[in-house]
This record gives sequence, structure tokens and C-alpha cells, in this order.
Amino acid sequence: MKTIKYILQKEFRQIFRNRTMLPMIFGVPLLQMLVLVFAATFDMKKIDMVVVDKDLSETSRELIAKFDGIPFYHLETAVPDATFGEEMLLTDDADVVLVIPPNMEKDLVRDDKAQIQLLVNAIDGNTAQLIFSYSSQIIGNFNKNLIAEWKGLPKFTPPTEVTITENYWYNSELDYKWYMAPGILAILVTIIGMFMSGMNLVREKEIGTIEQLNVTPVKKYQFIIGKLVPFWVIALFDLAFGLFIAWLVFDLPIVGSLWLLFGLASVYLISVLGLGLFISTVTDTQQQVMFISFFFMMIFILMGGIFTPVESMPHWAQMLDRANPIYYFMRIMRHVVLKGSGFFDLLQEFVSLLILGTTFLSLAIWRYRKTS
Amino acid sequence: MHDKQQNNDLAPFGGNPGRERGPIITVRNLVKKFGSFIANDNLTFDVYKGEIFGFLGANGAGKTTAIRILCGLSAPTSGEVKIAGYDIYNETEKIKKNIGYMSQKFSLYEDLTVSENIRLYAGIYGIPLKKAKEKEAELLEKLEMSDARKKLIAGLPLGWKQKLAFSVAIFHEPKIVFLDEPTGGVDPVTRRKFWDLIYEASNNGITVFVTTHYMDEAEYCNRVSIMDAGKIEALDTPKMLKERYSAKNMDEVFLKIAR
Repeated sequence: MKTIKYILQKEFRQIFRNRTMLPMIFGVPLLQMLVLVFAATFDMKKIDMVVVDKDLSETSRELIAKFDGIPFYHLETAVPDATFGEEMLLTDDADVVLVIPPNMEKDLVRDDKAQIQLLVNAIDGNTAQLIFSYSSQIIGNFNKNLIAEWKGLPKFTPPTEVTITENYWYNSELDYKWYMAPGILAILVTIIGMFMSGMNLVREKEIGTIEQLNVTPVKKYQFIIGKLVPFWVIALFDLAFGLFIAWLVFDLPIVGSLWLLFGLASVYLISVLGLGLFISTVTDTQQQVMFISFFFMMIFILMGGIFTPVESMPHWAQMLDRANPIYYFMRIMRHVVLKGSGFFDLLQEFVSLLILGTTFLSLAIWRYRKTS
Repeated sequence: MHDKQQNNDLAPFGGNPGRERGPIITVRNLVKKFGSFIANDNLTFDVYKGEIFGFLGANGAGKTTAIRILCGLSAPTSGEVKIAGYDIYNETEKIKKNIGYMSQKFSLYEDLTVSENIRLYAGIYGIPLKKAKEKEAELLEKLEMSDARKKLIAGLPLGWKQKLAFSVAIFHEPKIVFLDEPTGGVDPVTRRKFWDLIYEASNNGITVFVTTHYMDEAEYCNRVSIMDAGKIEALDTPKMLKERYSAKNMDEVFLKIAR
């Protein structure tokens, strides 16, 4: 026990004496929360629409006015023909082209139907879908109004209609930032856990100080604990700091228990710290640690469900995710923060992380060699 | 020349190793291979309790490889090694309690102070804090470094660093201390002072195993072995070696062996 105390004392002293450390501890969460949470969004803030109006009728102008009335539609109406609109799609100056054919109004009056065309820039499928559904909703509403205006409301029995009333649970305002903030925080905590601990250990290899420790009777687990605990503390601190920023800046509601969140985060951190330390025991330079950790980080993050739902991944990918600590922690973060889930709702995540943590940490201790 | 003579007189057993006290390191047929390269080729030797044993050889002769094996930092390919009565294969942790090591590359923590480094290693070896504090004060007094107690190691001159590294290596009073080229890159005066520390440790009963390629330092040893291309080519007292190779000094002996 006393040995561990001396080793921890050494590690903390070195960490806080390192000039880049304090700026990192405070700067990284600040930057990530304030920049990434705003940047990583699927919300449509601005749609550039090119309108090719060949009808030039009262009805077509009314339809255009509908779009113009919506703040995030930016309309470009001074366009002579569809080819020009297509060119603007090509040069990325337009997200969508609305083509109103000649005689639309006439067709409507005569045949009760008319066609208009929407050309959507679908480089980004998600955005294209959103644009299409927004736009068709607007056209649909316009259509309904037309029917009501021209044909008059049905006199006695209104047609039966199923109306949907929405009620979004857990993030009632569909604020994307609330969804992203816990995810970005999970990444933050992971970076600190995986990179810092691994780099720290391998740095001692590079400088050669590790040899001086290896000729002492220090136990392998004591050494690894010395490398684990400081970054465990720092990562938990940064989680708290990041949550505080999110609460302050985006009013992130923290519905669940903070004790539960930090308890589960502690278990999660043991798994990423363990992995980072394991990587550092099989490498010799900080460069190698960076490269290998980065490789795993990318896979873990992209498969972890931060940006894309795990449920949409192929079955085999979902199976692989069982070994992905970020996948569990992502669920924990969002469920506790936004939904207020309790311990028993997250029992499976807890057990899985416990298994992963024990495995990675044991691997690190086992693979750390005092004798090469 | 006069200085050297004086130092030889200081040596605990003069030119006569403490054979009667029995061996503290026994090495039999030690082999270390890196792939097909043989770094240590069938080394066999004893080091006796209390002697200063010089381990000589040109760069790349296999000195560091051997010393790292004896310290338990590297596993031998084959052969028998016993350090302080413990087997190198199964009892490395017991060996580590009984040895000190100063590597070729300075390896105290540059970002910790003098005192913090001393206390760290004292703590790891289980020396109670109170005793460690007393010994630390005594040591720094002796090294005339009391004022540097709270200074970071990074800012100290190389000579001080090496003296400190040696003192930390023997702070827990080990039976044997292994020194791997401890005086590399320092001026002759500092080297002399460093050897005074080695003699002092030796007088306190610590066996010293030292590698060097300074031949004047070889004269300070009770016995020296000379390695060439992974093999021990000669092992005796400096006096006997000079006689056998009819050389004026160790420099000549070395050149005759290592060619």
C-alpha cells in the first residue's frame, strides 16, 4: 500500500509539473463542448432553394411566397430555366431546385391536378431526405389550402382524418445539442483515458526511467495502478467540468442521478485506461502508441453510436459492438442524462463494462514486463 | 600515476580480491542471443563479496547486455546465474531487493527535485520516511548538494546528476551495485570524485560491479574482466594482467586483447 502511495505521489507531481497538462485538462473540454457540439449537428439551418417559375401565375407566386416565409429557406427566384438551376446544384450553390412548369395554374383549374418538380442535391443522403420532406410538407399544406379555398369546406360531415399529434419524449424540443453533448463528452473522457495514460507509460520507456523502476522490487500491479489512477481522476474531473459547461451553455438537463453517471463512468474508464496501458506495454515509442490508440479510437467512436444509430448497423457490426466500450458508455451517457435511467435499466451495460475493464486491465498488468 | 597508486591503496583488498569471502555473483555458461547475433557467448565468472569488479570491453562487446541480465532487466538465452544466492530465472524479485543499478543512460526523474527522487526510491525500497529523511540530509551534506535539495534534477550539471544517481542506487544499502559506464562524458576531476564514492561504498561492504572503457579506471578495480566480441578474453587483477601481457598499463593490456 505504501509503495503505491509513493508511486502515486510521483505521478501526480509529474503530471501537474507538466506545463501542457493544465491547459489540456481545462482547454480540451471547453473547446470540445463549445465547438464540437455546435458543429456536429444534423439540424437544417439553411436551405438554398432555386425556383424556376415557368408558370408565373398567381398560384405559383403564392407557392413561392410560402417557401419565402420560412426563415431557413433562402430563395433564388431570378432564374430563367431549369438548366441554370441544375448548374447551381452542380456547383453546390443550391441544395434544391423547385421547377414549376408552365400552365400549372391552368392545369389545376382544368384538370384538378398539376405537377411540380423538386430536384434535391443528395450528396449527403440525410440532408437530402430532410430537405425533401420539409419541402413536400410545405407543398402538401399549400395543396390542402388550395382545395379548401377553391372547393369550399365540406358542408356537413368533414372527411374522417387521422391526425398525428407529436410528443417527443426525453428531448422534447428535439434539441440536437442535447443529443450530441453527452456523446462528445464520452469521446472526451475516452481520449483522456486512452491516450494520456498510454503516452505517459511509454514516455518512461523512451527516456529510460522505467529501467530504474524495473530494477526495484516494485510490483507490476503497483506500477500500473500508478499510471492508471491519475488519469482516472483527471478524466472524471473533465467529465464533471464538461457536464457543467453543457448545463451552463446549452441548458443540458441532467435528468438522472449524477452518482450513477459517475459510478458507471468510473467503470468505463477502467476499461479504456486498461486498453491504453495495454497498448503502451506492447509498444516502444509515443508515436506507436498514438497510432494504435488512434486506430482503435476511430473504430470505437464510429461504431459506438455517437453519430449514427447502432440499430441501423448490420447485424455483424452490432455483434462487434459488444466489445466496444464506447458503445456502452454512449448509451449510459444518453440514458442517464436525457432519460433518467436507473442502475437496473443499465445493468447490462454495467456488467459488460466490468468484464471489458477487468480484461483490458489484466492484459495490461500481464503484458507489462519488468524483464524483457 | 601517483594518483592511481594512491587509489589502489584505497581499494579494500588492495590487489588481492576477497576470494576467501566466497562468491556473491556466479555466472556459468551465460549465453544471450538476439536472433542469430550472439551478444554474450558462454560467459563464466565469479564476483566475490566486497570486491570492485571491473567489466571492460570496447563498445558493442556485450557489457551492457551482460549487466542487464545480471540486474534482471533482460532474460538470458541459457546458462546459470546466481546473484546474492538467488536464481536469476525464478527469484528475480528477491534479487531486486538486494541490488542497486545505475544505467548508462541517466534515469532519475528530471522533472522531480533531488529530494523527491531520493524519497521516491527510498519509499519503493520500504525505507521508513523518518530514516529516509535523516539519510537524505546526511547524503546531501556529503555531496555538498544541500542547497540543491529542492531543485529539479533537469537543472543540475552532469557530474552532480551522476553522483546523485549512484547515491540513489545504493541508498537502500544493497549487497551489490551494478554501474554501467557510470562516468561517461564527465571531466577527469569529477571522475576521480566519483571513484571516491565507489570506494566508500565498497568500504561499507557493498560489492561493486562496474563496466567502463576508461582504462585508468580499470586500474582502480580489484579484478577486471576484458570482453571482446561477446566473450571474456581475460580475467584477473590489473597487476597480474599487466605481467601476463608484459604491458606497462591497462591500456596496453586492453589493446593487446581487443586488438
